Amino acid sequence: MSPSNEELSVPIKSAADIVVARQKGRALAIQLGFAGSDPTVIAAAISEVARNIVNHAQHGEIVLSGVHENSRNGIQVIASDQGPGISDIDRAMQYGYSSSRGMGVGLPGAKWLMDEFDIESQLGKGTRVTMRKWVR
Amino acid sequence: MHVPILKQGDYLIATIQSVLSDADLLQLRDDVADRVGHFRSRGVIIDVTVLDVIDSFATRTLRGVAHMLKLRGAETVIVGIQPDVAFAMVQLGLSLEGVGTALDLEEGLAYLNVKTKRGRTVSRPVAPTSSLKLKTPFDGQTRSGNSRTK
Repeated sequence: MSPSNEELSVPIKSAADIVVARQKGRALAIQLGFAGSDPTVIAAAISEVARNIVNHAQHGEIVLSGVHENSRNGIQVIASDQGPGISDIDRAMQYGYSSSRGMGVGLPGAKWLMDEFDIESQLGKGTRVTMRKWVR
Repeated sequence: MHVPILKQGDYLIATIQSVLSDADLLQLRDDVADRVGHFRSRGVIIDVTVLDVIDSFATRTLRGVAHMLKLRGAETVIVGIQPDVAFAMVQLGLSLEGVGTALDLEEGLAYLNVKTKRGRTVSRPVAPTSSLKLKTPFDGQTRSGNSRTK
């Protein structure tokens, strides 16, 4: 019943793609039934994880899809890259900590915006952030 | 997307017309800084009504613009942050601390009128201090209806 098998992939190659990714994410969120400030909140979270790719890995991709679980619908955002990876995830998830020129708000901020947030990273291999938010 | 910057007396008004990429935001910063010097502007209004998201980068850039312009002797006010955008910013823990904000263009102009008159009233009779105390034009309005009257 849900559009869960539809996947939307947005390649992230430059900062301009951040805008594309969050616009597609917002459109999908509305299509999936998110209302009120949720589409904007989802777009903001996508913006932060996409920016993380641009800042640390130069390129990667964002895969957007609808998910259905325990009779609830939601959106799933997977941001992956083959960049250098994160050596200390706990530190990367600390608010205000930044290894580059950012504000250190991106990853912890995205976590606050979404309902579920998972990050896996391997040094030299890349990073994969999976986030979900459920329609209320 | 290029952001047009209009000169309106002592002020500059930059109205963002579409969603901006990082590069556009940086361009806006440079353009505004340049024009402030050229027109000897005292205040700048940046209208962000159409921005879909103000994320950490946009926040940092806008804050940077305002602080930079302050060093150049001009006040900045950001107007038109949409309710959803503001909500997401709060959830991200982002703030425009130290930067003037106002509901819309009209309130933004009122804010600049208050802010920029301060330093120039040397030989002029002092304006009622209550109006100068306002940090944003909102203060007077939002509070007038409730707790303030006692």
